[in-house]
Amino acid sequence: MVNWANFLSQLFNGLVQGALLALISSGLTIIYGTLGVLNLAHGAMFMLGGYAGWVAFTYTGSFVIAVIVGTLFVMVVGVLTERGIIRFFYNRPAEDQILVTFGLGIVFVEAIRFLFGSQSESIPPPPFLAGITNLGFMVYPTYRLALFGIVVVALLVLYLVLYRTRLGMIVRAGIEDSTMVDLLGINVQRIFMLVFGIGAAAAGFAGIVNTPVVSLAPDVGEPILVQTFVVVVIGGVGSFPGAVIGGLIAGEIISITSMFNPGYAYVMLFVAMTLVLVLRPYGLLGTAGRE
Amino acid sequence: MLRFRPLLVELLTAVALIVAPFVLQPLGASPDTVNRVLVWGLFGLGFDLLFGFTGLLSFGQSAFFGTGGMIAAYLLTRMGFPSVIGALLIGMIAAAIVGYVIGLIALRRTGIYFAMITVAIAEVFYFVEFNPLADWTGGENGLPGVPMPHIVIGPIDLDFNGGWSLYQFFGICYFIGIVVALRIVRSPVGAIFRAIRDNPERAAAVGHNIHAYKLTAFVIAAAYAGFAGGLLGVLQSFMPPDAFTFATSGQLVMQTAIGGTGTLVGPLLGAATWLFLQDFLQSATPLGAAWKLVLGLIFVLLIIFLRRGIAGGLVDLWHLIRRPRMVATAPAVPKAETARVTPHRPPPNANKVAIETRALGKRYGGIVANEDINFVVHEGEIRGLIGPNGAGKSTFFKMLTGEVRPSSGQILMFGEDTTNLNVTAVCQKGVAKSYQINQLFTKLTARRNLMISALSRTRGPYRADLLRNVDHMDELNADVDETLRMLDLTARADIPVSQLAYGEKRRLEIGLALGTDPRILLLDEPLAGMSPQERADTVTLIKHLAIGRTLVVVEHDMDALFGMADRVTVLAQGKILTEGTPAEVQKSAAVQDAYLGGVHA
Repeated sequence: MVNWANFLSQLFNGLVQGALLALISSGLTIIYGTLGVLNLAHGAMFMLGGYAGWVAFTYTGSFVIAVIVGTLFVMVVGVLTERGIIRFFYNRPAEDQILVTFGLGIVFVEAIRFLFGSQSESIPPPPFLAGITNLGFMVYPTYRLALFGIVVVALLVLYLVLYRTRLGMIVRAGIEDSTMVDLLGINVQRIFMLVFGIGAAAAGFAGIVNTPVVSLAPDVGEPILVQTFVVVVIGGVGSFPGAVIGGLIAGEIISITSMFNPGYAYVMLFVAMTLVLVLRPYGLLGTAGRE
Repeated sequence: MLRFRPLLVELLTAVALIVAPFVLQPLGASPDTVNRVLVWGLFGLGFDLLFGFTGLLSFGQSAFFGTGGMIAAYLLTRMGFPSVIGALLIGMIAAAIVGYVIGLIALRRTGIYFAMITVAIAEVFYFVEFNPLADWTGGENGLPGVPMPHIVIGPIDLDFNGGWSLYQFFGICYFIGIVVALRIVRSPVGAIFRAIRDNPERAAAVGHNIHAYKLTAFVIAAAYAGFAGGLLGVLQSFMPPDAFTFATSGQLVMQTAIGGTGTLVGPLLGAATWLFLQDFLQSATPLGAAWKLVLGLIFVLLIIFLRRGIAGGLVDLWHLIRRPRMVATAPAVPKAETARVTPHRPPPNANKVAIETRALGKRYGGIVANEDINFVVHEGEIRGLIGPNGAGKSTFFKMLTGEVRPSSGQILMFGEDTTNLNVTAVCQKGVAKSYQINQLFTKLTARRNLMISALSRTRGPYRADLLRNVDHMDELNADVDETLRMLDLTARADIPVSQLAYGEKRRLEIGLALGTDPRILLLDEPLAGMSPQERADTVTLIKHLAIGRTLVVVEHDMDALFGMADRVTVLAQGKILTEGTPAEVQKSAAVQDAYLGGVHA
């Protein structure tokens, strides 16, 4: 017997998780689209955002400062990683890029484990967003409701950056044809650095705003990375709208399946991914030649 | 090194396995760690065949490791299966079957998609094992009580009961594993694996069904993983659920990269480094909690600076020491007679059509690349194909070989419809192309390159002759030697293609097409970038190739082309402009218009 209030709240959970996945996947997909690098440390970036914010929170007690610090910290880590390591891999095979980012992900996770231990940490939602809200048809935690809004705003900001700025135009052009952008005399080096920073920051921001919902642990990024991959395969690599749609689909699949049996959430995700691979091999909004 | 000294690796491995306990025991190594190294080494053999040799980086091997292990453990602990070895083999077969099904899905895509899909697979298996199948797998408790192997063969009664005694059993398993892996590497399948790693498109173009070969590599890797997973249960007397975690796949990838990919022994070296360092850091240093951080840093540094890992580094060092001798030994081989003498070629057979296209067309969206091409070439003919840039010559060629599917019309090769066949199937029909831009297997030698082509002719698009040795295929090797002589590459046959001179690479490019012994040979600008002398030699070579074959040649060097072609077809703006003997075409006003834009005297 399906409980409708429960069903609705799960549906909304799916929306929140989907928006979050959409944001993280957008970061991954613009990095891949522009730089041609699949960042396996993306889940670790999500985790780093959470920890940096948590440290800031323990010192200041301010959630807003925690969010700002978490996001900026991961952006800086992203930029340093790109300048220090990733840029030496642009001319190396894709396997090497995957291996080095995978290794970096391990290093980030283990460094955090070494510094803060394996126990889980959490940040309470800011006081003005604590408690629950009665929406009439259901009661829902206020912070989760706000989280949906926060993530949607972040996605909008990313959209504006990608579709309304010069940088965004270059990034989108680079996704279509990176050689051509190179030939047009654009400083690709600087663009690559910025894109890696922005992509990482998207994951870091998601990591910190998610901590009041899911507590922090060093390996909190691992399932996120897996889910992000499914989102990108479903939506199509290099496509921002694809990441958003894929994220929402994945979020709903996870939460609706979890209502019946959480053990099957990944199975259903995998089934959805397989269906897309069989019916539309390049993803819902992807095109051939972007891999 | 693997090729020149047969059985050397087997011998060294056997000696190392026998000597290891006598060296490691006094050093205080625990047999448990040594056995664990063997389990990971065996696991890694399959992974190295998949990643190191075939170029498929999978992060999903834990799925097969866990599946094989759980099935073996379930048989032994819950069903009272009497034979440990039997259970291990059943687990291995089950993992291979699962690998086949998963491979069908994962191999739909390549590159980063393949990596992402395998990550997802690993996670799915973990959750399935933990939750829906918990009644069978013990969920988070795993399956305790896996027995040690006990083998009775007639009067021989072998009881392996842990520690160094169990090492004997594991050592034998590893030895069998590496012997089989070495045979696979030396087989035609192994040669094609490496060709796929180097240049999958060309491997498909010379007639190999690369999807089937990739699936083969995937299944082999799954089988190794399944068997190793079973051994893990035996080692611990308990099948742990964490065999299924993504971290297991990650550890395998890292160990293999640390030890050296594409070397087979690399995974064992990597596992030894990983596990002994882990033991050492945990027990002897204050860095205990950070052992994985240290190993992660080592891994990242190796990827940055020593991509070929420990084994690769050792091999490079060995070559560095030996290099002076190797260069000096290349003997001067006199130029083949064929390179100088212009042959007498029988005239084309006007009664037999080799290639026919009917109203062939290709559009890309609104852009028309080719339109209404009716093209007939007779058997034994050399047909020249010319046209200004953008005339649609390349698209037309790609449609003939099956690289591009026509939008309209029909292609017949010797009367057989090949319109909807892919490049591999068209090649198997006896049609091959040499590319305008070299598409070689750059990490392999010239001899190996030609062998890859020849293998598709003798073996068809796919054959699983995993245990046959390519070096013992005498007829094949004789053919390759003959082709090398014809191409004047005999003296340079055994150095990697990347070290060949440009002209040599161009000849090898033609040779790759020739190696499949095609009835129809398409040459796309065979003279591009050559010196005048090389051009003259290559024209002579092409005339030789035309004996008993039908040739279509795209070439911008008009003098050379008019000198060798029986007839010439002119393409302009995607259509056939005119066609005739070289003399007729040279005089044609329409051709001069097309090339010079009407400004002719």
